[in-house]
Amino acid sequence: MQNLNKLTLRRRYFLFGAASLVAAGPAFALDDDSATGLVNQLVAEINAATNAGGSQTKLIKAFEGIFEQYADINIISRSALGPRARTASTETLKAFSRVFKGYIARKYGKRFQEYIGSAIVVKNTINRGKFFEVDASVEVEGSEPFKVSFRVSDRSGKKLFFDIIIEGISLLSSERVEMGALLDARNGDIGRLTKDLASLG
Amino acid sequence: MFERGNGITILKYMVLFGLLSACSPRSGIVVDDPFETVNRKAHALNKGLDSNILSPVSKGYSYVVPNMVEDSVSNFSSNLSLPGKVVNNILQLDISAAANNTARLVINSTIGLVGLFDPSDSMGFEERSTDFGQTLQRWGFAEGAYIEIPLVGPSNIRDGMGLFVNMMLDPTGSALTPTMNFYRSWSGIGSVLQKRQIYGDQIDEVLYGSADSYAQSRLVYLQNRRFQLKDNLSDAYIDPYAEFE
Repeated sequence: MQNLNKLTLRRRYFLFGAASLVAAGPAFALDDDSATGLVNQLVAEINAATNAGGSQTKLIKAFEGIFEQYADINIISRSALGPRARTASTETLKAFSRVFKGYIARKYGKRFQEYIGSAIVVKNTINRGKFFEVDASVEVEGSEPFKVSFRVSDRSGKKLFFDIIIEGISLLSSERVEMGALLDARNGDIGRLTKDLASLG
Repeated sequence: MFERGNGITILKYMVLFGLLSACSPRSGIVVDDPFETVNRKAHALNKGLDSNILSPVSKGYSYVVPNMVEDSVSNFSSNLSLPGKVVNNILQLDISAAANNTARLVINSTIGLVGLFDPSDSMGFEERSTDFGQTLQRWGFAEGAYIEIPLVGPSNIRDGMGLFVNMMLDPTGSALTPTMNFYRSWSGIGSVLQKRQIYGDQIDEVLYGSADSYAQSRLVYLQNRRFQLKDNLSDAYIDPYAEFE
């Protein structure tokens, strides 16, 4: 069983590897340096977006682009749905994922607006076995810095982050609680949640 | 204020609770909440108190009182909590934090004018926060079930016990004159009001911006507290890929 899993996993990696070879030249496995590099890029974009000035709408738009490029929105949105995702169709999940991206950008875009004038500084990277955790510090003027960690993996076939942990509080965990409560109020109907989520966050 | 007999009783309860919480599941479990029904009632009460009293009063407080005065009130209160923190540092055998907090107490009580100012911060002695809940954790007590305490908020069995012991064994209370204790109580309220304002957006989002404020505040408390205490045994973040491997 163990071996079989490893085999399918290897095959999957191979396929992903081949796909990205075609798309973007040779693909290297995720390591300390590339995980840190990814978060460095991501953080530079967040810093630029929060300090660019301009309207909230503009910031949210920028965040949507950042999530599009750096986050594994498919796995985050699917995980946020919890066990109910298992019985949902691919189309349902796709539609939900699209709306979820906007919701997350609105929610976190608003939150980061409070940190205008702040800078996120990448500190160190920890190999956690199946993924890498890149620790950073958010330095806000006039108050104590706080810790943000980005969890990065290439298990989707691309190097992307799948969780942001702020002072211990995980985006993935809190969105699973949030989506769970919203689904409970809608008899578990993901379609209805997709419709309503467009105006939430 | 505190008699020996009471101390032994408290210790007995601690051991009893400790045994109970040691029996509860721990690793890999994000939330252990067998008292959810009661907890949700306490949450409704706390939320009502926040929206009707704490939140509006804290807004008024920060509107009326100048920031510098707010800071001094909070500094005063925080300075008087230092002896209790030093005791906990020692109980945790964290001598460096004990020395740091003692230096803070001495500097802020003298140069800082009975703690109204915090000059030690800029001298490199930053606050090293601790409490009896953390001491219990260092001693090997398990976190135990989640509880929401009326008037206090989210907690767990271990931190709830810690809070109780902190109140009973606080070394400052018995050393102060009644007048100082009176100022201390009021400065404690001021400090809570200021905190409610500083963390206003985050608190509002959890309490009033989420679909289930009880479940959301439970998660926020547990994950943030485990982070503070570096309680790696309770690390139970989601690995979303695991399902497909």
